[in-house]
Amino acid sequence: MTKRVLSGLHFMQGNVACAEGAIAAGCRFFAGYPITPASEIAERMARRLPEVGGTYAQMEDEIGSIAAVVGASWTGTKAMTATSGPGISLMLENIGYAIATETPCVIVNVQRGAPSTGTPSLPLQGDVIQARRGSHGEYEIIALAPSSPQEMFDLTIKAFNLSEKLRTPVFILADAFVGHMREEVMIPEEDKINLVERKLPSSGMNFNEYKSSLDEDVAPMPIFGKGFKSHVTGSTHNSYGKRKVADPEALDYYIKSLNNKIRKYKKEIISVESDIKDSEVVLVSYGTTYRVVREARRRLEEEGINVGSFRLVSLWPFPDEEVENLARKVKKILVLENNLGQMVSYVKAAAKGEAEVVFLPPRILGTLHDPDTVVRKVKEVIG
Amino acid sequence: MIEINEDLCKGCGLCVAFCPKDVLKMSNRLTKKGVHPPEVIKEEDCILCDNCMIYCPDLAIVVGEEEKID
Amino acid sequence: MKMVHPLIKYVRPGYLSTTTCSGCGNGIVAQSVLRAIDELKMNIDDFVFVSGIGCAAWIPSPFFNADVLHTTHGRPIAFATGVKLSSPELKVMVISGDGDLVAIGGNHFIHAARRNIDLTVICVNNGIYGMTGGQVAPTTPFGLKTTTTPYGNAERPFDLCKLGEAAGAVYVARWTTYHARQLTKSVKKAIQKKGFCFIEVVSQCPVQFGRRTGAGDAVAMMQGYKNNSVNIKKIGKLKEEELEGKIVVGEFVDREGPELCEEIAKMRERIG
Repeated sequence: MTKRVLSGLHFMQGNVACAEGAIAAGCRFFAGYPITPASEIAERMARRLPEVGGTYAQMEDEIGSIAAVVGASWTGTKAMTATSGPGISLMLENIGYAIATETPCVIVNVQRGAPSTGTPSLPLQGDVIQARRGSHGEYEIIALAPSSPQEMFDLTIKAFNLSEKLRTPVFILADAFVGHMREEVMIPEEDKINLVERKLPSSGMNFNEYKSSLDEDVAPMPIFGKGFKSHVTGSTHNSYGKRKVADPEALDYYIKSLNNKIRKYKKEIISVESDIKDSEVVLVSYGTTYRVVREARRRLEEEGINVGSFRLVSLWPFPDEEVENLARKVKKILVLENNLGQMVSYVKAAAKGEAEVVFLPPRILGTLHDPDTVVRKVKEVIG
Repeated sequence: MIEINEDLCKGCGLCVAFCPKDVLKMSNRLTKKGVHPPEVIKEEDCILCDNCMIYCPDLAIVVGEEEKID
Repeated sequence: MKMVHPLIKYVRPGYLSTTTCSGCGNGIVAQSVLRAIDELKMNIDDFVFVSGIGCAAWIPSPFFNADVLHTTHGRPIAFATGVKLSSPELKVMVISGDGDLVAIGGNHFIHAARRNIDLTVICVNNGIYGMTGGQVAPTTPFGLKTTTTPYGNAERPFDLCKLGEAAGAVYVARWTTYHARQLTKSVKKAIQKKGFCFIEVVSQCPVQFGRRTGAGDAVAMMQGYKNNSVNIKKIGKLKEEELEGKIVVGEFVDREGPELCEEIAKMRERIG
């Protein structure tokens, strides 16, 4: 029998590491559709899932893929899909459905040059706001941004754990760069990996008599096939699965409880890596732009210049408090993104004018910033 | 025996239309829902074919064997 | 003495009074399906019912006292695929409308049939988009005036059964709500048959179809089904022109084919 968790040191492609992370997290269903630069995840899952007793489904399109993932999750199976920007655009309606029905699942977006067909094999951090606001309506979402193949493994496990705990879809926002690069990946022993499983109702509980949804403290999930007689719907409903589409109070409660469920657990979800010391200037980054920050800091340190780093490991919910505290400590915040400015608006708002926020894209979108350019900019800003 | 649940009946008339023995007729009364329910006019002619039960979209009519009281 | 309708035990407590229009065929289809499960003496908790958006999707949602997944428009078959693949021991039944399953959902329909995944799909065909007020559907007869074809429908409708057959379904049948008993029989067969089983039910929408197009009320429409339907077994004797305006009912396809969940299980065994 093939090992479920490929413990040991590997030289592994980011996409493959993501698939292995999913399997280590207990994912046993993957539905997807081929798309550059994410197809390797599907291919790896197609090979590995049958080895570990799981199922791979190649659906007719991305809409069917996310639908199948949600359906599988409702039988108690940890499920995932992986795609790129164009696929996420197609999936958005059903992602909203997963949010509304509180369905745990992981959605990997290996971002590429966009808009439209764009450049499939070049990285762009272009779908960051899409993850937050792409689906219609008022909702919260969780998104993590890996900066290395190691993090493609680690953060996929974290994504599953968060999705199980909070009964919500979780995004992995990777890009063509981290998806296709190869680097060292250390996979721990299986017993060293902590996994979270969704809460289920006790058997025999009458569906009409307990909160199966819209509970800020996360309702138990009445999965199918256990006699729970679940009623799951994307229509506005109450905590007892009853569709309520006539009154505004029901809509108000439905929206607020879904959103509060995520907001209440912000402290557990939010993950930032901060290394400021007494720098007056800090470089904010996420995903692959963090690699630029690391290199720029190294070069600046050689010249005796200390610049801080503030990395967003989780992008959504946005770390407002953490950024506000950061802004109070420093004078200038440089935000490095491979786009025309998506997270920077949120950084600016959260900074509340306590520090100056400057946006720094790469010279050419679709590439990473030249570290020397960043070094020059930092020196310029320090004065 | 034929029982009609007037709380569920929507007055569509399908039971009356598909009874092969004209056992039912739409009444002139109005239910709480504001519709005319059917009424049994020739119970003795009922052959328990179940048509009315099968065609009622609202499970508002039930047909069964007469309870024999000894 | 109070008699209890034999199918009440399958209805979710508190939901017996439904929102369907007076005379809507949905309730007849609901009864026919529940009767099939009852006659097979199966446990409804071994089923998962999946439906999309539209009036027909409200047949299982929330009426059936069972596991029900009420999904997004057009997608119940895709959701059902995920349910079935991850828990093949469950009986998965899709009940939804014509617009949902073959317009927006057309792609999922043909691929599930092609894959021959073990699903029972019941398409309640009322020839119109009822819930949204009577717009033209891919099953609306040519020439008919609807709210979005005010000058007459310029498009031909699908023959859903031919579509299912061409896509690979192993069981294909068409009935009308008038044929409720035959429908129950077909549902029983479909539940027990491994593979993609498709049943089309021509069903009356007395308000958005009947009243708008002059087809009449529920009684008139169902009498129309009775008078204008002809069984497939008998059409050999009819000429092409005589079939004009007729609804051909019966079982069109009943064949065998490799079923997806079984093939996947065999594959797992092969790789050890």
